[in-house]
Amino acid sequence: MRYLVSVIDDKSNPGSTDRQPAISAFNERLIAEGYWVFAGGLADTDAATVIDNRGEQAVFSDGPFVESKEYLAGVWVWEAPDLDVALKLATEASKICDRKIEVRPFL
Amino acid sequence: MNDVDVREAITRAHHEEWARVVASLTRRFGDLDIAEEAAAEAFATAVQRWPADGVPPNPGAWLTTTANRQAIDRIRRENKRDDKHRKAQMSYDDDPPEPASAIDDDRLRLIFTCCHPALAMETRVALTLRMVAGLTMPEIARAFLVAESAMGQRITRAKAKIKAARIPYRVPSAEDLPARVSGVLAVLYLVFNEGYLATGPDTDPVRHELTAEAIRLTRLIRALLPQDGEVAGLLALMLLTEARRPARVSAGGELVALDEQDRGAWDAALIAEGHRLVRERLAAAAAGAAPGRYQILAAINAVHTSARDMRDTDWSQVLALYDQLVRLDSSPIIALNRAIAVAEFDGPEVALAAVDRLEPRLAGYHAYHATRADLLRRLGRGRESRAAYDRAIELAGNTAETAYLTRRRDQLR
Repeated sequence: MRYLVSVIDDKSNPGSTDRQPAISAFNERLIAEGYWVFAGGLADTDAATVIDNRGEQAVFSDGPFVESKEYLAGVWVWEAPDLDVALKLATEASKICDRKIEVRPFL
Repeated sequence: MNDVDVREAITRAHHEEWARVVASLTRRFGDLDIAEEAAAEAFATAVQRWPADGVPPNPGAWLTTTANRQAIDRIRRENKRDDKHRKAQMSYDDDPPEPASAIDDDRLRLIFTCCHPALAMETRVALTLRMVAGLTMPEIARAFLVAESAMGQRITRAKAKIKAARIPYRVPSAEDLPARVSGVLAVLYLVFNEGYLATGPDTDPVRHELTAEAIRLTRLIRALLPQDGEVAGLLALMLLTEARRPARVSAGGELVALDEQDRGAWDAALIAEGHRLVRERLAAAAAGAAPGRYQILAAINAVHTSARDMRDTDWSQVLALYDQLVRLDSSPIIALNRAIAVAEFDGPEVALAAVDRLEPRLAGYHAYHATRADLLRRLGRGRESRAAYDRAIELAGNTAETAYLTRRRDQLR
């Protein structure tokens, strides 16, 4: 079972910026224990572009999270046998990233 | 066998077998939806057939077999309709029937899945009442004053989440068990409390069907986890609280406070059972097991139900238990209840000082103002007492409690 694990930051109350060494160590563990599929931190929401080509011509605009207080700061994809395992890892991940974590299953 | 006997047999089978049937089908087919629907169909078939054919010698086995057949029929129907769906549904467990103890485990699995921490509290309550207790959707909707369609949707969404996110169908590991059991007990205590003192003005003030359901479910968990002290504690707490129900609302529909209750009307059998459980936990505590909050609350209720009246109550014991509870649980509501015991032991003035300190956290809670009102009355501060009663009446939702507070206020000189 694959889960998308989103790291959610809050512009008005951001998590601390010194987490990278701890996150790297956590990633090493995820790899060693077979949960790791993918991980990536994301650039600021200012750097995002939305393309809408459902109409006559493609329209470009800023990302949907530019104005919002909470935004996606990074993602993981984990392989875990069930939600209990994923939630246990996410509980640790929240502490390690100093941010909220959303766990969402892939279809 | 006449119709009344058959109807009673069906009711009894529903109480005793519903959870077992749903639980074993969920394990076999890996799908709560199929299990729930097939169990409901099996009971509907029993209602049709048993009056004519007679009650089968083993109703549980009959219901499980019938429900299994219904589930397989449904899966076959869906297979014909939708081949992709078939692949998702066919991963069910085809093991031979398990011995009785493993089937009991299925009910535990079902309970832990319905009370999973990834589900919202109100969803856990609804799902537990539907899947484990076997209440119908209209019954659950009525219990929590929501529209039937909204309740149906809540349960449907919960089942979809369990499936899509793969919430596991198993008993948690020993390491996770205490936290998960405490999550289950919170669900049951919430159901019980809503029955014991309904929060809203639009229902009966005390709803026996909900307290009875909570006690029945807690007994089931007690049977499945006999070693768990908090399960025993919660059951004792519920029994000792329920025992006072007959004396709790007057003929005029007014809540009767502990000091005015007719203790002769308390249910002696429930008290005896509750006291037995409390003694069992006291013995365990003496042997070194640290009691949790439900065990301590049960012990407090055992002190009350052992006393002939308010004056005969061992208030120093009550206070010592509250002190123990405060160390485990820093909730202001516990502190408020402790202050009520302080009033009996050290007098209303000391108690009032303790209550006033809770103002920042409890200003919106009716019981805070009701407690203050009573203490101010006892101190002869009528004007302030009246204001506190006014505020308590404004905030209270329960009709019997509002009636009680109104009378106390109007008795002030």
